[in-house]
Amino acid sequence: MPDVQALVGDFALKLKRRKVEGSHASARQTAELLRSVVSQQRLPHAGQAAVLIDAVRAVGEQLIAANPVELAVGNIIRRVLHIIREEDLSSTTTAMEGLGLSADSDDDNAGDHEDRPALSAAAVAAAARSALRAPSLHTLLEDIPESAAVPHASSSGGDSEGKSKSADKSLKSRKLKHDVIEAINELIQDIDTCHEQISEQAVEHIHQNEVILTLGRSRTVKEFLCAAKEKKRSFRVFVAEGAPRYQGHVLAKELVTKGLQTTIITDSAVFAMISRVNMVIVGAHAIMANGGVIAPVGLNMVALAARRHAVPFVVVAGSHKLCPLYPHNPEVLLNDLRSPADLLDFDEFSDCMDFASRGGSPLLHVVNPTFDYVPPNLVSLFITDTGGHNPSYMYRLIADYYSADDLVVKRRSTS
Amino acid sequence: MGPKKVARSASSDDPEELARVPLQAVLLADSFATKFRPITLERPKVLLPLVNVPMIEYTLAWLESVGVEEVFVFCCAHSNQVKDYLNKSQWTKPPSSFSFSVSTIESHDAISAGDALRVIYNRSVIRGDFILVSGDTVSNMDLTQALEEHKDRRKKDPLAVMTMVIKHAKPSSTTLQTRLGTDEIIMGIHPETKELLYYEDKADHLQRVILLDKTLLMENPALRLHNDKQDCFIDICSPEVLSLFTDNFDYQHLRRHFVKGLLVDDIMGYKIFTYETHASYAARVENFRSYDTISKDIIQRWTYPFVPDVQYLGIGYQAKLERQGIYRAPDVILSRSAHVGAFSFVGNGTTIGDHSHISTSVIGQRCVIGKNVVIESSYIWDNVTIEDGCKLSHALVCDGVHLRAGVILESGVILSFKVEVGQKLVIPAYSKVSVLPQPCKQDSDEELEYADATSGVIESPSITSVANARNQDLLSDMLDVPGSDANKVGISGVGYIWSVSEAEHDEEWRFSIAPIPKEKLEKFSHSAHDDNDEVNHDESSIPASGELIPDSDGTDFDGGVGEDYRDSADFENEVEATFRRALAGVDVQNVILEISSLRLSYNMSHADCAGALFYAIMKSASDISYSNNTELSANTKMEINKWKNLLKNYIKSQDEEIEVIMKFEEICLETIREFRPLFTDILHHLYEEDIITEDAILSWENEKQGADESDKIFVKQAEHFIKWLKEASEEDEDEDD
Repeated sequence: MPDVQALVGDFALKLKRRKVEGSHASARQTAELLRSVVSQQRLPHAGQAAVLIDAVRAVGEQLIAANPVELAVGNIIRRVLHIIREEDLSSTTTAMEGLGLSADSDDDNAGDHEDRPALSAAAVAAAARSALRAPSLHTLLEDIPESAAVPHASSSGGDSEGKSKSADKSLKSRKLKHDVIEAINELIQDIDTCHEQISEQAVEHIHQNEVILTLGRSRTVKEFLCAAKEKKRSFRVFVAEGAPRYQGHVLAKELVTKGLQTTIITDSAVFAMISRVNMVIVGAHAIMANGGVIAPVGLNMVALAARRHAVPFVVVAGSHKLCPLYPHNPEVLLNDLRSPADLLDFDEFSDCMDFASRGGSPLLHVVNPTFDYVPPNLVSLFITDTGGHNPSYMYRLIADYYSADDLVVKRRSTS
Repeated sequence: MGPKKVARSASSDDPEELARVPLQAVLLADSFATKFRPITLERPKVLLPLVNVPMIEYTLAWLESVGVEEVFVFCCAHSNQVKDYLNKSQWTKPPSSFSFSVSTIESHDAISAGDALRVIYNRSVIRGDFILVSGDTVSNMDLTQALEEHKDRRKKDPLAVMTMVIKHAKPSSTTLQTRLGTDEIIMGIHPETKELLYYEDKADHLQRVILLDKTLLMENPALRLHNDKQDCFIDICSPEVLSLFTDNFDYQHLRRHFVKGLLVDDIMGYKIFTYETHASYAARVENFRSYDTISKDIIQRWTYPFVPDVQYLGIGYQAKLERQGIYRAPDVILSRSAHVGAFSFVGNGTTIGDHSHISTSVIGQRCVIGKNVVIESSYIWDNVTIEDGCKLSHALVCDGVHLRAGVILESGVILSFKVEVGQKLVIPAYSKVSVLPQPCKQDSDEELEYADATSGVIESPSITSVANARNQDLLSDMLDVPGSDANKVGISGVGYIWSVSEAEHDEEWRFSIAPIPKEKLEKFSHSAHDDNDEVNHDESSIPASGELIPDSDGTDFDGGVGEDYRDSADFENEVEATFRRALAGVDVQNVILEISSLRLSYNMSHADCAGALFYAIMKSASDISYSNNTELSANTKMEINKWKNLLKNYIKSQDEEIEVIMKFEEICLETIREFRPLFTDILHHLYEEDIITEDAILSWENEKQGADESDKIFVKQAEHFIKWLKEASEEDEDEDD
């Protein structure tokens, strides 16, 4: 597959060189790339899901390493892995319904998989249910302990199945791949339409004559506000300009062309203005599993101001920004320090950095972090394409979208 | 970048654009300089690691990011190493969808950038505009706009062959050096068209005087002189540049010969323009000082995205950025009690022992650093072993160096590849140590000196007495059988300390990695003060800051004076001949041009021109037949009136005016004695015609005050006139009050 390898290499290079930026673009391109990886992957008769998973993991490892700060890439990879597992499970269950279930699972356990929990009928049923997406708290609780075991077991289940029954395997292999590609297509569509789905909910949240505050520029926020405007809501928007990139200026321009009453304020004026604000609506770079948000720099301050004045702090984000990882030291590890040139003119300050005549050590430091971490307790509501959610509900959404096995996207050296 | 450009060219109807040539770049992987010796004896400069990544990576990555599609790497010295490196690197891997290809051009006899460009011309690989950079450029600027400006200009004016990228920089007022350790550059730029009109990188700092060609001011209504611009050495060139280099086979240096050549040579009319970049970073590693400065800039992320934790560069592993700008590779073994301070980089596989302190330093891969080591603002490359208790400050340590316990490197020390230093040795400041002996110079005297110096430096008193005896043994061993015997001597080291000539030694601190020592700075600010004072008192004198003039400069100056006499006579004759042609009806503009070029070729000042021209005028006046003094005076006045505009071209300040008066004296005394009685009369006339101001006359008189009686005849003759002038000026002052 030199073809796919080249594609992967290209995309990894683009990510490395920061030529793909923004979580939306990265997510979409990752999904498209994975679709071609899956469609070009040759599948053996046995253990198809495992092969697919390995292939996707191999690609995923490269992409995540290429730009670890862009969490959307990892999210999409985990979503695709989850899709493969689900599709495999559902096909296994259908296959098993046709077969003698018990004999197969016995076979399996007799082998070298003793360390793994037994593939009980209950587990299969639970897995099948989860594959059919029955999102109730009950299934979830029941599901979690076994979920680690199910995929391995099912893949080996497929294995033994391949040995015993070879009649319908060609059909099945095509079917699995086909299903996975279908699901990825759906995912791509989801990513494409997430803005519309989010903005559909705008009227429910923005009311007549309200004052909305936002910071910087987020496409999701823009569409959200415009959607409310289109539904004949009249409201005012305060835009904090979002130093040092001043994307707020761009947003203000866009809002004004849509006929929205807009006021630009400096970032430092947020606290002064917040008492007049009814709701803060902002975009995010990523939502972490604990409900914390990685967001453009300055938002933590806005969130604290909002909390002080009991103003609802609403984060709008597509579900591709939902990251199943917990933030550890997010200010440093999940941050991107950009060029200080955004902040100040290098030339003007070059004499402050003349190391030759100033003792050799730099006295002037300029730090330009891209992201802020907003802890979950400051967020009032998340609006994703599936509706509004509390920060404490995030883990639940994550369990829907991701499989616990995939949190670490690394190929296992054994097995 | 790629697709964008295609779209642009497709949309334009210009046939020239339709036949699109890929954007090409010429990368000179050889600096044709010796600033990085002794390191560059073993490895080409472009492969030296800058924050653990070879310099050429920065340049290539930047070229790729600005949309260059074809790069020709010109290698000369160590060409095999460059080629090997490129073959292994990511750049020459079979290209995927990125259209970026790197190919090498090799030549072994090129000794300058000029030669390199001539070789490239002969290969005829350049098809359109190209970017000319050297392989030690670090930049993140976006060239799109500069390229467009260049193309637009080219369409309007095919003579605009080059666009130079410049950047605002503030040279330090005391050392007259930029933060990159380069000398202040004086550029004259047209404020609107941004045409480069004047370029001087070797301005005489001691005099703080620059000489501008008067034609420059005549031809250009506006000219802005900058000393606060930094030349980024990034040029966008048209293919003509290559042919120009081929035509003018004596062009060697890009700036000193080519740029100045084009600016001075009006005949071809080629023009150079500038493009100033503001927010982005662009700099060139020219010497150790800029190596230090640029390393720190990279660590402070001014070159984003070309920083260690973004994997733009082929670094091979991912360094993580931690708080306070500390970059750490994944496999670092750091003792619990070791301390890595802010703005440091620790490379892969490096081990750092207990209680070691590291601050603002870059440490390469697989280094072993012992206990209680202090490393401060130093650059340590790969596979270096530093044993317990060493102290390094502002030093550069190359691959494979072994420092035994207790070694102290004073600031500015350079240790080249595989040097070993024996126990408890103190390497004095600014030393350069290499396992290769210093190459012999052509001069046999110097060779002797060098041989003395090698042993001399080791014996120098700065080495502790304990180490001294031991070390001398080692050294004698080493000198007898260099290299082979080295391993036998367990406790001692391997390497030659390079000597520097006296003149160079004085300048060493300027380009060193170490910050400029305090004393030097103080000395500088004092002398700057002195300079200013003296300039105020007497503008014509050269400030006596003798301590700053390196010996070599001094002798140069003397030599120049010696030659002056012969030259000036020739020069006068030439100017006179030119002037005669003017009399014969040649256009005044051409005369100006010819005199300007004469001035340049004889390396004369404007004052000399004014003197010579005045002499020529007077001579022509005396050639007209006359019967008595009144007639001669009238003739002379007429001639002066006729040519005063020409003369004024060269009279820009009092210096020139005084020169004219002196010349006049000389004429009266020596050559054309007929003018003797008319001295005051004509002086008065010159004064009235505004050729000479009263200040000049008065200061001339002042100057003559202490002269011999015989020199004073004309002062006496003009006594009345001078008195009148003085009174007049006093009256003026009275009126002012």
